[in-house]
Amino acid sequence: MASVKTANDIKLIKYETQKRIGSRLGYSNYEGADIHMMICGSTGCTSSGSGKLITKLEELIARDEMGEKVAIVKTGCFGLCAEGPIIMVQPGNVMYTQVTTEDLDEIWEEHVKGGKPVERLISQNETEFFAKQERIALRNCGRINPECIDEYIAYDGYEALGKVLNEMDPDDVIDLIKESGLRGRGGGGFPAGRKWEAGARAESPIKYICCNADEGDPGAFMDRSILEGDPHSVIEAMIIAGYACGACKGFVYIRAEYPIAVDRLRTAIEQAREYGLLGDNIMGKGFSFDIEIRLGAGAFVCGEGSALMISIEGNRGEPRPKPPRATEKGIFGYPTVLNNVETFANVPQIIVRGLDWYNSIGTEKSKGTKVFAISGKINNTGLVEIPMGTNLREIIYDIGGGIPGGKQFKAAQTGGPSGGCIPAELIDTPIDYDSLTSLGSMMGSGGLIVMDETTCMVDIAKFFLEFTVDESCGKCPPCRIGTKRMLEILERITEGKGEMSDLEELEELAETIQKGALCGLGQSAPNPVLSTMKYFKDEYIAHVRDKKCPAGVCVSMLRFIIEAETCKRCGICAKNCPVGAISGSKETPYTIDQEKCIKCGVCMTKCPFKAIMKNA
Amino acid sequence: MGKVQVTIDGVKVYVPDNYTILEAAKEINIHIPTLCFLKDISEIGCCRMCLVQIKGKKGLEAACVHPVSEGMEVITHSLEINKVRKKNMELILSNHPAICQSCTRSDSTCELQTLANKLGVHFLNYKKYQMNVTQNNHVEIDDGISIQRDPNRCVLCRRCVTVCNNIQTVGAISAINRGFHTQIGTAGDRGLDETRCVNCGQCINVCPTGALQEHHDNDDVFKAIYDPEKYVVVQTAPAVRAALGEAFGNPIGTDVTGKMVTALKMLGFDKVFDTDTAADLTIMEEGTELIDRIRGGGTLPLITSCSPGWIKFCEHNFPEMIPNLSTCKSPHQMLGALIKSYYAEKNNIDPEKIVVVSVMPCTAKKYEAKRPELSVNGLPDVDIVITTRELARMIKARGIDFNALGDGKFDTPLGESTGAGLIFGATGGVMEAALRTVADLLNGVSSDSIDYVQVRGVEDGIKIAEVEVADLKLRAAVAHGLGNARKLMERVKAGEHFDFIEVMACPGGCINGGGQPIQVSDVRNWVDVKEKRAQALYQGDREKFIRKSHNNPAIKRLYKEYLGMAGGMKAHKLLHTHYVDRHDD
Repeated sequence: MASVKTANDIKLIKYETQKRIGSRLGYSNYEGADIHMMICGSTGCTSSGSGKLITKLEELIARDEMGEKVAIVKTGCFGLCAEGPIIMVQPGNVMYTQVTTEDLDEIWEEHVKGGKPVERLISQNETEFFAKQERIALRNCGRINPECIDEYIAYDGYEALGKVLNEMDPDDVIDLIKESGLRGRGGGGFPAGRKWEAGARAESPIKYICCNADEGDPGAFMDRSILEGDPHSVIEAMIIAGYACGACKGFVYIRAEYPIAVDRLRTAIEQAREYGLLGDNIMGKGFSFDIEIRLGAGAFVCGEGSALMISIEGNRGEPRPKPPRATEKGIFGYPTVLNNVETFANVPQIIVRGLDWYNSIGTEKSKGTKVFAISGKINNTGLVEIPMGTNLREIIYDIGGGIPGGKQFKAAQTGGPSGGCIPAELIDTPIDYDSLTSLGSMMGSGGLIVMDETTCMVDIAKFFLEFTVDESCGKCPPCRIGTKRMLEILERITEGKGEMSDLEELEELAETIQKGALCGLGQSAPNPVLSTMKYFKDEYIAHVRDKKCPAGVCVSMLRFIIEAETCKRCGICAKNCPVGAISGSKETPYTIDQEKCIKCGVCMTKCPFKAIMKNA
Repeated sequence: MGKVQVTIDGVKVYVPDNYTILEAAKEINIHIPTLCFLKDISEIGCCRMCLVQIKGKKGLEAACVHPVSEGMEVITHSLEINKVRKKNMELILSNHPAICQSCTRSDSTCELQTLANKLGVHFLNYKKYQMNVTQNNHVEIDDGISIQRDPNRCVLCRRCVTVCNNIQTVGAISAINRGFHTQIGTAGDRGLDETRCVNCGQCINVCPTGALQEHHDNDDVFKAIYDPEKYVVVQTAPAVRAALGEAFGNPIGTDVTGKMVTALKMLGFDKVFDTDTAADLTIMEEGTELIDRIRGGGTLPLITSCSPGWIKFCEHNFPEMIPNLSTCKSPHQMLGALIKSYYAEKNNIDPEKIVVVSVMPCTAKKYEAKRPELSVNGLPDVDIVITTRELARMIKARGIDFNALGDGKFDTPLGESTGAGLIFGATGGVMEAALRTVADLLNGVSSDSIDYVQVRGVEDGIKIAEVEVADLKLRAAVAHGLGNARKLMERVKAGEHFDFIEVMACPGGCINGGGQPIQVSDVRNWVDVKEKRAQALYQGDREKFIRKSHNNPAIKRLYKEYLGMAGGMKAHKLLHTHYVDRHDD
């Protein structure tokens, strides 16, 4: 294997590799295979069967003895997870979605061997999905084999490190990151450069760089995708941060439920060590740095900085009050600079492509891009990276392809269980750190859950609170007991047992938790309730005063009623009712005994005459 | 150390720059309520009661851990802050069983009750919350031999966890489960008796509520007293008299020996003996053991064995040091053995009918008394151990006006003691008492310089003294608190030479034992309780006519009439024991 002794060695490897994968890059002169079959090997497509496609493809290559001509590249996530498994054929950027093994036969014969793309299987959503995206953190996801350091280098990898070590002082690096305006992508949005500066100023013989890969927001998976698709970008950034802050060691704290990400990161670290990019005297510049992986057990709270560090030390992950900040006293009591995966993934590009480029993307106070994991009531679920300042309408309708079934958009939840909802009337708000905060939500790690008219906002608030109650570390009473009490009230309300005074009590409890809880996660736990109460108060009142759930979600308040005029007295409903709640005959109209009814809705789906109504 | 100016509630104050806001406020007599905070032991800011507003900061901050800084402006009380504190208290109470009437801590030592009252939480809308803890989150009570844990009463302040893990380095308990189901528990949620818990009871002393208590034995004592068939003998440890008065409102460090003896007699014990006498006896046996080991090339250092918490700790964590432990039983066990042999024979009492009750500052003694090896001819040396707190409760239950009592005297022949026996209750006391005797025995003359001040004091966790006696140079060390004991043992294992080591499991020694009257954090945070109680013992020592164990006439009589010589056959049968390797437990 090669070894990198100077920055020039990087250039050589880049040149060699580009030649080898030249057909993928569209070069006319290249050495390797003619066709690169890029198959997503990340978690999403793996679970929808990309592994089978790879096996099949290997068989086809062997059968037709095409090993020289066709290369299989197991990539990271393309982002369009709803349509997995995904294969992209290069050259030509032809993306096939929801590919089955039978489809693969066709692609093999027609496209690979025949040179004609299979129009029938080409993704219809691809253009709209990618058109408004600007991929910086995700730049290599779907483009390279993440288990091959050479391919990372072929796409400018480790160039930033070479530049930093050869041309920049640690202070220059810090200044650059400060001026870039890069803010923490993990939730709080703290300026990364200022954090690095504080780390650099801390006086200590030992310092650490730490990468937070404990992605815990339900539905968010950008950090996992980056580590699965482009682990070297994070490693490179951590080395740069180590150089800037004077740290010789880094930790990556990653949850054990991300086995693919852990494997790829481990492979990447080993490769970087073999190349001499991790270890002693990197590129002969006298700077040494190495990285250790620490696995977390998947507690949401361990994504909170201090809890994460306490967990790395081997203790029960619980936040501690600040000060001291991590940059003064972090892991094992030493100054620690903690950034999230996505934040790190931006760093090498900022250094390679420069300030002017980076500053041209985003809004005044939120520079660059943000990756969102879009899910819920939306056509194109998946991972998208958009410039800061893109509005919600563009994300939902242009990139996300709108709401399935032509339903009405009702609200979007950002920031996961710590965030809040943005109602339909604010759909044109440009998304950045500050606008989201001013709406009572937050950026968070970038989960974006879309809700339509069939979503009950009280129920959704209850859902998020259930999550927080489960995931509270239990250290401070406002979070430990307060969120539980709030949940109990929401349970009462959704069961139709709420009182108007419950709404006041919810607000009071929320205030106590926001002001009293020890950590950011506790303090933000009431946000989903407060923001839904702010924008959808009438829905709460309908539940409490009128005992009705306008969206027809809360089962206790639901009534199924047979319209006597429409009912043809066929008796199908009664036959299908699992609890025998429906009675009637040819002579008497059918009715539902509300006491017996379990609100399963089977009768409504079975009625051939649409005579059964859901009465919210 | 620099000083900074801080403005608290509009008042300017100069304080050292390492102060917390809580300490700075205390300087100007501003009281910020706290619940989890216990100075030097638990400083983690988890209960959120001490929240204050710092100018320029968005949220509220915990005053107990937030450091001051130059120019800082703090508001400690406002409508907003009070509201949050009060609501927070309501939340805690909403998950706390309302069984105060039957809780031992309703004697005004419940910090939760006091604080709720102070914060003005006088009404709880029970209906508002699903309030009933026994339905909500009920956990079984773990009633061990020494310690009783009721997680339902726990407010999760974590003081017990920090004292067990950080101060004592025992590590028997920690937070388990998450969120609303968080509780303080053991590994595998086993009973404390099945863990490496050493029963020191420091967790009880720091608990703000009744979640941690001793296992209650005083009903058994009353039963024995009222049983006409039984001959009930009580003995009291040195440290009990230095603290019992606190339970009756006396200042910390009041010596109540006389009143205590009177109260015990009023309670109906047939004889009231003094464990101090057995402490003197321990010195004779242990001193002899030390001299024998030094002269005979035995295992050194010799390590004291009076503290049962330390013994179990050693058995679990340093089984390789078991040969170093003195084979002497702890003093109250020695006295128990003598009561059922020497005293019974002398007074023609059937030893089977004797019930020996030990009043101890200690919870570990309850476990110790149940050790099968601590018995003679099938009879346990000691039948029941009660703590200082339990004795106070018995006195109250019997309707005795303790403070109005006159001074009584211990009964003979096992009630005479010396200053040396008395100081057994404080860290360094056993060492000092031993050195007084060993010096005289080796020199063959009575020495006048008997104050070994280098081994006194509660400040340093490990104290080292080099003493010349006769032709010997003794290197002695004293450790109190098991964390310090651990450090000292590591030093011994690393090859550092010592001849004699005293270890007491509790910080400060027995005076701060796990069975002593509760001093709430409002007191402990600002006063060194250990120091004051220790002073009472040293004062008592100074006032004693006889201050060396070997000069105790009761001891001389005992050896002459019954035991023969120190370390002899009979002494070994009655007064010495052996230990168990519990490494794998």
